[in-house]
Amino acid sequence: MKINDVILRTITKLVVFIILTFGVELFLAGHNDPGGGFIGGLVLSSALVLLFLVYDIETVQKGIPVDFKKVAAVGVLFAVGTGLGAVAFGAEFLTQTFEVFHLPVFGDTELATVLLFEVGVALTVVGTVVTIILSISEDV
Amino acid sequence: MINMMLTTSLVLIAIAIGIAVIRIVLGPSLPDRVLALDVIGVNLIASIAVISVLMNTKAFLEVILILGILSFIGTIAYSKFILRGVVVERKRDR
Repeated sequence: MKINDVILRTITKLVVFIILTFGVELFLAGHNDPGGGFIGGLVLSSALVLLFLVYDIETVQKGIPVDFKKVAAVGVLFAVGTGLGAVAFGAEFLTQTFEVFHLPVFGDTELATVLLFEVGVALTVVGTVVTIILSISEDV
Repeated sequence: MINMMLTTSLVLIAIAIGIAVIRIVLGPSLPDRVLALDVIGVNLIASIAVISVLMNTKAFLEVILILGILSFIGTIAYSKFILRGVVVERKRDR
């Protein structure tokens, strides 16, 4: 049966980028405002789920040729690796530090190493959620 | 005065959510229930906006955006399930 969903597909092409931008904003707003790696990862994966809903799996996999199980594994490896990096500098496991740098455009910016840990958490959440959605829809 | 108006609007929004819950329980067909779920999402967004005005804070504005996104995706998923019988397709046949 042919399906007429031109409006849905056109809206999705716009809305996916808005959701991705909001996910990155939530990810960067962490640890001072509501936000952080987990919620940012959930919003990013909801954008991917919207793509999988509106288009089909093969089209999206052709556009994003990423194995999401490997994304989750790389995320966990990254998060543990930042914890081990603190051990390498002689501190406790998962110790975080921050420093205020003077950047050209942004002015005085506080850069914290917990951002690297949050990148790992976000990658893990994205990989896990998309893997769950794809494996639930597998047997239909 | 403004507090009383906002509290009254919260009560009215709660009544609207209750009516939508009745429609979900009784609803004769699946599209009625999907539409009632969407109404609940919109009413939740409105009530969070009223609450953030009432408490004079900006901390809940992200919640509004996330509820909007999730309600949108949920409605699309239900509509596609009604239309196609499957939510995520392996390969669309056209």
